[in-house]
Amino acid sequence: MVLTTNPKGKIVAKTGNEAMAEAMRQIAPDVVAAYPITPATEIVQIFSQFVADGVVPTEYVAVESEHSAMSACIGSSAAGARTMTGTSSQGLALMWEMLYIAAGLRLPIVMAVVNRALSSPINIHGDQSDTMGARDAGWIQIYSENSQEAYDNMIQGMKIAEQAKLPTMVTTDGFIISHCMEVVETMPDDMVKKFVGEYKPERALLDVKKPYTLGALDLQDYYFEHRYQLADAMNKSKQIILDVAKDFEKEFGRKYDLYEKYRMDDAEVALVIIGSAAGTSKVVVDELREKGVKAGLIKIRVFRPFPHQELAKDLANVKAVAVLDRSDSCAASTAPLYAEVTSALFTHSGGKAPKVVNYVYGLGGRDITLEHVGEVFDRLVEIKDGAKVGEILKYINLR
Amino acid sequence: MKTREKEKKLSWKELPDGDLLEAGTAAKFITGDWRTEKPVWDGGKCINCMFCWIACPDSSIIVKDGKMTGIDFEHCKGCGICAKECPVKPVKAIIMEAEKK
Repeated sequence: MVLTTNPKGKIVAKTGNEAMAEAMRQIAPDVVAAYPITPATEIVQIFSQFVADGVVPTEYVAVESEHSAMSACIGSSAAGARTMTGTSSQGLALMWEMLYIAAGLRLPIVMAVVNRALSSPINIHGDQSDTMGARDAGWIQIYSENSQEAYDNMIQGMKIAEQAKLPTMVTTDGFIISHCMEVVETMPDDMVKKFVGEYKPERALLDVKKPYTLGALDLQDYYFEHRYQLADAMNKSKQIILDVAKDFEKEFGRKYDLYEKYRMDDAEVALVIIGSAAGTSKVVVDELREKGVKAGLIKIRVFRPFPHQELAKDLANVKAVAVLDRSDSCAASTAPLYAEVTSALFTHSGGKAPKVVNYVYGLGGRDITLEHVGEVFDRLVEIKDGAKVGEILKYINLR
Repeated sequence: MKTREKEKKLSWKELPDGDLLEAGTAAKFITGDWRTEKPVWDGGKCINCMFCWIACPDSSIIVKDGKMTGIDFEHCKGCGICAKECPVKPVKAIIMEAEKK
């Protein structure tokens, strides 16, 4: 099988998985170790075909599980190799202990994660329960609304990871992005290579002239300091993400931030949302704007590090906000994104904060329609006009 | 654990990023202080065969210019391998004795 590559870059029709695999080909990491899982299978399948066809010089390690995949990536990255992988759902769950080790050892592995529901019941469709569960693992998390963003985020992700010395996951929504054919603009190989640059790790285990021990026992006297280093690096990575976005815009013209503000300038009612459903919601925002409703939307791109201060500032003048979560926290007071947003408002808004409600939607890939989003906005308008907030956490389209 | 100099605990800013330890740091720690038996070396009997040097698991046989000169008791755990391996007959050049506290 010969797969299409676009070394000169062009406007093409690609699925999210194809776009991510193409980004990986252009980055041409030293090592990819991966195990296939629906709906992320194609990313590493296409990439392994690139390796077999000789269009990319990467060492491809076919392993027997995701736990081994991440373990091999950790070994490879610690040895000094630029390393990438991809997974989803149960695969990410099986990697769990290795995720924390990759972060603790400060290894800049980039992983494409196609968001999918976690078993049980078994379900292969998209929701964000998998990466939301991994939100405190010390990985940078960048979410994508569509295939173009998935492609762009992969390329930026590599640079961010290596500068921050932190592992980074770049996500898409299962099937909705991963398998949906969209128009994507790819860049020429040489421009991507120049943008990502050569990887020169400060320290690497294969550097025999400067040997060291990595991952030694670290008890009461030093563990705390090392974990603080990780938290500090995560906080500092925010500026790195912004700087890389600025470079990216200069080079390729597409603008990125920690989150996207859509018609927020004078917004009175707004949604905060992550991923593909932001696209659907923007259509509703546009319709409402035509009717004179001052609606807006914030689409979170970077969930870790979470942009607390920035978000609190941008939401301070909104009257009513709905936070839409594509995962559930099972009897935490609310779902993860709502918890972050309200915590940000409570801590950083200086007392001036909107009324905020929470919706869980789309678990196991259930569709969210324009009508559903419209109903959320209807409620926000009522709240803005003085109606009681009532129940904070609701579930969209749950029978 | 005792050290030669009082250990200064590094802050998060001073530590290298990640759980990274420079090589060779074991030499800085006194790790032989829990020994119950100690090797006693008789330089007059020693034939400098280097059997003890190659067998010692703690690099505690001190060698200068190809000749054995003594034992590093800051790191020797008193395992007795050197005495066992010593080929000198009829009396070995290294014998084990109880550690006197």
